[in-house]
Amino acid sequence: MINHITSRSIYYLIAFIFAVISIYPILLMIYSSFKTNAEIFKDPLSIPKSFSLEPYQKLLDQIPFFTFFWNSVFVSAVSVIFILLFGSLAAFYIARYTFWWNNYLFFFFLIGMMIPIKLGIVPLFMLMKDLSLINSLWSLVFIYTATGIPLSILILTGFFRTMPKELEEAARIDGATDIKVFWHVLLPIMRPALGTVMIINFIQSWNDFFFPLVFITNEMKKTIPVGMLSLFGEYSADWGALFAGLTLSSLPMIVLFFIASKQFMEGLTAGAVK
Amino acid sequence: MELETKTHTPVKQKNKRNWRKMAIHLFPIPALVIYVTFIIYPLFAAFSYSLFDWQGIRRGAFIGIENFIALFTREPFNSMFWNAFENNIVYFLLEMVVQNGIAFMLAYIIYKKIRFAEFFKAAYFLPRLLSVIIVGFLWKLILNPNFGALNVLLEKVGLGSWAKAWLGDPDTALIAIILVNSWFGLGFAVLIFLAGLQGIPHDLIEAARLDGANGFKLIWKIILPLMIPSITIMTVLTFIHAFEAFELIYAMQGSMGEPYYSTDTLAVYFYRLAFGSGGANSAAIGLGSALAVVLFMIIATISALFLFVLRRREVQL
Repeated sequence: MINHITSRSIYYLIAFIFAVISIYPILLMIYSSFKTNAEIFKDPLSIPKSFSLEPYQKLLDQIPFFTFFWNSVFVSAVSVIFILLFGSLAAFYIARYTFWWNNYLFFFFLIGMMIPIKLGIVPLFMLMKDLSLINSLWSLVFIYTATGIPLSILILTGFFRTMPKELEEAARIDGATDIKVFWHVLLPIMRPALGTVMIINFIQSWNDFFFPLVFITNEMKKTIPVGMLSLFGEYSADWGALFAGLTLSSLPMIVLFFIASKQFMEGLTAGAVK
Repeated sequence: MELETKTHTPVKQKNKRNWRKMAIHLFPIPALVIYVTFIIYPLFAAFSYSLFDWQGIRRGAFIGIENFIALFTREPFNSMFWNAFENNIVYFLLEMVVQNGIAFMLAYIIYKKIRFAEFFKAAYFLPRLLSVIIVGFLWKLILNPNFGALNVLLEKVGLGSWAKAWLGDPDTALIAIILVNSWFGLGFAVLIFLAGLQGIPHDLIEAARLDGANGFKLIWKIILPLMIPSITIMTVLTFIHAFEAFELIYAMQGSMGEPYYSTDTLAVYFYRLAFGSGGANSAAIGLGSALAVVLFMIIATISALFLFVLRRREVQL
């Protein structure tokens, strides 16, 4: 019994230590953003004595943060909408029809999950240049839509396949067309799967740094992650503003995580477990 | 489509139905067009680029495999490749041991039905929500030799002699980055392993217990073999991730993998060749594409190998 209790408390101790390691740096980031530079350099660990908003003031003076923010919102929102729409259209086709090429088509899409597309960045850059999309947010929308499609089709096809055929047949007898069956009958009950797809792709496009690094050089077109690169490049001595920038950048995700942590965790692991 | 042009009154109804039937084939078209244009085409283009001579971003003559030969025989390309390759291997192995080892332990603890399991899961997962570039910059501040939180913390707990310039020292820089990466990826690995553990039929474990298997014996002989699928998934993902490692290094150590290329990886080296930061010559795109092909081959072959092993193990279960 005593042995049992000690092993239990060792479990709790280990679990707790790693929880602190996971959370504390993020807390440090948040509370440091309310400290002045002098305070940070004197003791980086102390919590702020007076909550100073000065770092945020300086941050907003130094970089067009809200421009970055809206660029990020635009790119993530539009690419998620494209992925949901195009992905579910394709998945519906693959899952609910029996044309002989459907399995090949499915497989063709799935190959995309194995392709490390960053290695194709040079041709991608040339392609975007030919399409006059360099320094355009649409370059990011297209690449995120393209990279999001394979996994989304995998998840949505799996879900479409689980739905009873009778649902569809009843609607068809009533004279519904393919598009009506898709839009009015199947899509509304797809919400959980659509939510998963949405979360995965939103996080991915919101946080991506690589593609805007290559496609975007115009300051006014930057998304938050590359915007942080210019902040750290130009104002690297102003730690208060740096912490403020990091905090402001990650806050939307952290808030969303608090609202729907379960969906986030299930969503992000969905692709791997399948 | 052609039916539509021939339409005249008596068969209109039928043709309309036919057209409607054909319309279903439009459904996968948008996804297909975007996917082919931005994923499949660039992949093939990258392969073809590697076979040409390049002057800046202008394509020159077809030169066969000469870029590949240069990559592996000419200095400094040759030694830079092997240096980066070695770092990738270290990256993979250390992630396996640190990130996945700790994650397995934590998953097992949560599996043993401790209280606040949801809290612990969410806590480990939290860093995964940040952009990798944010993670890199945050830890760059924390690991700063003068004002960084880590060295100050070490001093406060009496380990001041351990404090050092973590990212400035070639001996510790790579390890520091891999540990930061493990901090980022820990929660994800915990969830994958936990799903694997929870997938094991309970009566199997009970039966093993009754037969006297306990503690490490239970884990080693019963649980680990039954978790092969999730272990293999994590291995493949960790491998791909390690060989694609770019963002964190770029954020913390720049595109030269400082100090002295000690944190250079193949993906960072590829970026340098392709976009020419740091004394790139005119052949950079050709060489960069050749490196991309090699890197792609490494990732594809090894992942396929891991997955092949997984499939075979799964049949045995």
